[in-house]
Amino acid sequence: MQPIFEVRNLKRAFGGLAVTNDVSLSMAPGDRVALIGPNGAGKTTFVNLVTGNLKPDAGAVLIGGEEVTRIDAIGRVRRGLVRSFQVTRLFAEMTPAEHVALAVLQRSGRAGRLFGNFLGMPDVMAEVEDLLGKLGLSELMHRPVSEIAYGQQRLLELAVALALKPKVLLLDEPAAGVPQSDTGRIEQALADLPADLAVLMIEHDMDLVFRFARRVIVLAAGAIIFDGSPTDVTKDPRVREAYLGSYANASHAA
Amino acid sequence: MTMTTTNAMIAAPPARRRYGAGDLVGLAVILLVAVIGYVLFPNNLALLTRIIAAALLVLSLDLVTGYCGVATLGHAALFGAGAYAAGIVSAHYGINDPLAMLAFGIVAGAVAGLVCGVVILRAHGLPQLVLSIALIHLFHELANKASSFTGGSDGLSGIAPSALLGLYEFDLWGRTAYVFGVALLAIVFMLLRLVVRSPFGMLCRGIKEDPIRIRSMGASPKIALTKMYVISGAVAGVGGALNAISTQVVGLDSLSFTMSAESLVMLVLGGTGSLFGALTGTVVFMFFEDVVSAANPFHWLTMVGALLIAVVLFAPKGIYGTAAALVTRRREAP
Amino acid sequence: MQTVLSIAIDALAYGMVLFVISIGLSVTMGLMRVVNLAHGAFAMIGGYIASYAARDLGLGYGFAVLLAVFGTIIIAVPIERLLYRRIYGAPELTQVLMTIGITFCIIGIANYVFGPTLKTVPLPSALQGSVDLGFRAIATHRIFAIVCGFAVAAALWYAIEKTAFGVKLRASVDNAAMAAALGVRTEIVYAVSFAVAVGLAAFGGVVGAELLPVEPYYALRYMVTFLVVVSVGGAGSIPGALIACLLLGAIDTTGRYLMPEFGEFFFYLAVIAIICVFPRGLAGRAKG
Repeated sequence: MQPIFEVRNLKRAFGGLAVTNDVSLSMAPGDRVALIGPNGAGKTTFVNLVTGNLKPDAGAVLIGGEEVTRIDAIGRVRRGLVRSFQVTRLFAEMTPAEHVALAVLQRSGRAGRLFGNFLGMPDVMAEVEDLLGKLGLSELMHRPVSEIAYGQQRLLELAVALALKPKVLLLDEPAAGVPQSDTGRIEQALADLPADLAVLMIEHDMDLVFRFARRVIVLAAGAIIFDGSPTDVTKDPRVREAYLGSYANASHAA
Repeated sequence: MTMTTTNAMIAAPPARRRYGAGDLVGLAVILLVAVIGYVLFPNNLALLTRIIAAALLVLSLDLVTGYCGVATLGHAALFGAGAYAAGIVSAHYGINDPLAMLAFGIVAGAVAGLVCGVVILRAHGLPQLVLSIALIHLFHELANKASSFTGGSDGLSGIAPSALLGLYEFDLWGRTAYVFGVALLAIVFMLLRLVVRSPFGMLCRGIKEDPIRIRSMGASPKIALTKMYVISGAVAGVGGALNAISTQVVGLDSLSFTMSAESLVMLVLGGTGSLFGALTGTVVFMFFEDVVSAANPFHWLTMVGALLIAVVLFAPKGIYGTAAALVTRRREAP
Repeated sequence: MQTVLSIAIDALAYGMVLFVISIGLSVTMGLMRVVNLAHGAFAMIGGYIASYAARDLGLGYGFAVLLAVFGTIIIAVPIERLLYRRIYGAPELTQVLMTIGITFCIIGIANYVFGPTLKTVPLPSALQGSVDLGFRAIATHRIFAIVCGFAVAAALWYAIEKTAFGVKLRASVDNAAMAAALGVRTEIVYAVSFAVAVGLAAFGGVVGAELLPVEPYYALRYMVTFLVVVSVGGAGSIPGALIACLLLGAIDTTGRYLMPEFGEFFFYLAVIAIICVFPRGLAGRAKG
């Protein structure tokens, strides 16, 4: 199958220090990949390079076979590369319905409209109700986000990303900071993600990684040192060497 | 650049937004206040018309400051552009039909909005503020130096609007001008109610809270804000044109820093991020100005300064915002 | 050649006066992150006090300068305690409103107390006349302003780089929370910096009274000039402010000499162009 998302020999250095060093990876529709690595491995830089918030020194990024290396972050979103944020970045004074509606309207090219209201647009409302319903947020639809619990905000974060109908979804620690009692909900939502969506999840919580991912990529010192199945990752000597103590910490951190 | 503001519309339950009952109430309130003004001050309709023109400027400012979070001290540039355009086509080119003058005012305001938007949105924070101040001075100097067109510091005179719709002469008492102004304000208000509730209005509120998040949703904050600036310019242009048509002179003060700052004071006094707030602030401020500057013009600036400090310290949500918050709290309390 | 030299001398003098007035604004903005539109008003107060002392009370120039500096500080410190304190860390719009409110009040009061006319600060005989450099004579006052500018720059450099207070100041500019955690009493650093900033503004207002005439609308007229120094030079940067002042002084003076009719027009155009090209300031430091 043709890869939906590809990174080829991506390089970026800060003042001589290679933070992303010749990284290549390829994902097909439906892939569930986890990107892990010790602190300082260059995960954040990698995400910024891929989303277009940072320019690479060399290499290429492709979405659906189209090279987007020279296209800015907004253009990449429009081509189907959507990210969620590690810390929720929602609009505190807006409601979940408004969040999802804004994403739906933006996707369908109607976010610039000067008239009408999404509450009166049946197709938008149908999608808003469907998405929020699936994530169990129907009850809170019209409450300001500042009034809803953190775990639910993380679910809304996911809903906004999904409303953009991505082809590739970058999840930045989707369960970070969520109390234990709510993680089940988020894991369920992750399990229910559309089957043809390619998902790249950056995560510290190894339990979640093992339950979610069918493929694990390990980044250390800016380079990929492992790319394979979850069952093999802990046996790999280089991974063990890269992690050592920090792996044990990370597995308990979340 | 985030700002804490109230938005009464957000607090309103969605059902009301769908049916737009608030819009009709708002329209009714505007018309009622207009009638009361007419009855109470039949000899001072010129003042009331000036208040309407100022209200249009403040509404326009609210669009970029209240709804989008752009702090600007140069917004009179948009108003002045509309006023001079409407005045110049009448004084120099003999286009005296008030609706045509209005159209020129709107277009000039929108173009000025585009220019100011493109420049101001290049920077953030302090440099953005400095740009806005430099822009208003630039516009002021331009109008001052192009005196063959603008009349320079003497003001532009010779504006002679013909009868409105060919039927209603602009009379000495300012009745036609007042009714014209009220109609314009009502139309603009209803249109803006549509805009702020529209998908675009929602996008702008999102930009105000977190532009980076908006980018990650595939929308360009810069394009949206520029568009809002153009809309804002058109609204300010309506106000400017109304001022030119009703007073039949345009002075350099309509392009001044003081006017820009005063419009911001009016907006904050009423409450940012709500159209009612903008209207309330304008009415209160302009009446206050009329009373105080009649009593003692020397202290006017001191009073405005003190008023501003008092609002920041004691009523940061403004008059309307504070009142709306009180009502909401009372309604929520059992 | 004569014109070029005249422009250069005037530009340098004007730039140095700008520097003396705005450097305090730059440091306090870097330190307290407050958009302070009222800074020019303090320079104006200094000018008024000096004018009153020298012209109406007949005091000596040096004494008038001292009186202006300390008088302005005495007026400004209660304003800092009562009003500025409330807006540290507040949203930008709040800061703009508060400080413009203060500016309006000061203008209104100055207009009431001193009237709308221009006020001069009579120069002592030593500063009148001109110095002959052999090939050209230069107004003594210009040289005095330039010397004052360099003296202030050198003194500030010494105070910030070489003294214990400077260390605390720099730590607070970099990271106020960290500095406080390390035992720096930031509120004292703030108060002292504010007082020094206001004092320098007053000093600049007096020394520069020949170039920036003292009148009630002084605070509004030069507001953008002082602010642009900070936004171009970068808040808290002495070299940045110095370069920005010399640049703006050169643009403004050249404009006045060559196109007296359109001088201000080109000055504002230049300000807009500079900020559009360097939206983060010459030093590229993000601020705001």
